[in-house]
Amino acid sequence: MSKFKKNGKKGLPAVSTSSLPDIVFMLLFFFMVTTVMREVDLKIMNDVPEATEIQKLENKALVSYIYIGVPIDIKRHGNSARIQLNDAFVEVSEVGGHIEETRTNLSEPELPLLTTSLKVDQKIEMGIVTEVKQELRKVQALKISYATRERLRK
Amino acid sequence: MAKREIPEINAGSMADIAFLLLVFFLVTTTMDSDFGLMRKLPPIVEDMKTPPVRKRNLFTVLANKDDELLVKGKLMEVSELRNAAKEFIANPKNKIDLPEKKEIDVPFFGRTMVSKQVISLQNDNATSYNLYIQVQNELAAAYNELRNELAMQQFGKTYDQLVEIGDRDRVKAIRKIYPQRISEAEPRNVGR
Repeated sequence: MSKFKKNGKKGLPAVSTSSLPDIVFMLLFFFMVTTVMREVDLKIMNDVPEATEIQKLENKALVSYIYIGVPIDIKRHGNSARIQLNDAFVEVSEVGGHIEETRTNLSEPELPLLTTSLKVDQKIEMGIVTEVKQELRKVQALKISYATRERLRK
Repeated sequence: MAKREIPEINAGSMADIAFLLLVFFLVTTTMDSDFGLMRKLPPIVEDMKTPPVRKRNLFTVLANKDDELLVKGKLMEVSELRNAAKEFIANPKNKIDLPEKKEIDVPFFGRTMVSKQVISLQNDNATSYNLYIQVQNELAAAYNELRNELAMQQFGKTYDQLVEIGDRDRVKAIRKIYPQRISEAEPRNVGR
């Protein structure tokens, strides 16, 4: 009858998903740029304190990390504060050796720029931190940074 | 010759592949950027002789195992520390129980009175790391605020801005007037 009568069903047209890969790729690139690869598997609880007067660590290649905290697996590793370097627990006396080892991979002008970042859980007592600091002084690794989270200035 | 049509490649699975990659990166990476309080440890010197420091030039901060602060012999909260330290470092009213001053030449400022302040920090082995960082933070904040105020007065820019634009001479001048002198004593078992 009517000339304008459409034949067939009158369903909603399918939403085009052809731009979905673009969106996902955009997200992917965002994450690739803003994040860094996880270097170590933390075996300790590591909740660093907050501070306002902080500086950013510039050259990540010249930073060695020392993690201090209570082991997550208390049954296996005990519940006293431990030091973790890379993927293993170490004693205080081994910290110096680790720093020396890191130094062998660096060139001469880079040596004084090597920073040690202490990532210490906020509930830890100062005793072990002081021992580590003394150990660092012994191997002349004097540039340190107490890792903290950012708190906004009031 | 018959024109052969190239079939279109189905891109429907592209999204799946991209999602897979996205999930991989989400799992294996961390977003933490490294911020921290930068400090320089003193080198080990054998038979070190510490120069005597007069009592009025010394701002002693003691932290005990119960995370209480004793500043110049008085109990204090962490929140009060910043202003107390600022008053001590600058000594604006030239009080006799606050640090004495010495006149030195500073570029951009001419002859300036600079206080001979030293902040001494001592903590117990059982002091919590959090308190230690808060104290360090407040002391650093005291220095930074004073430096910012001075820079604003003299150059019309804050100290942080001067550091950011890399104006080394002006930064040095300000550091000369307010040098950060925090001395950390070897820990003892305080208050036990």
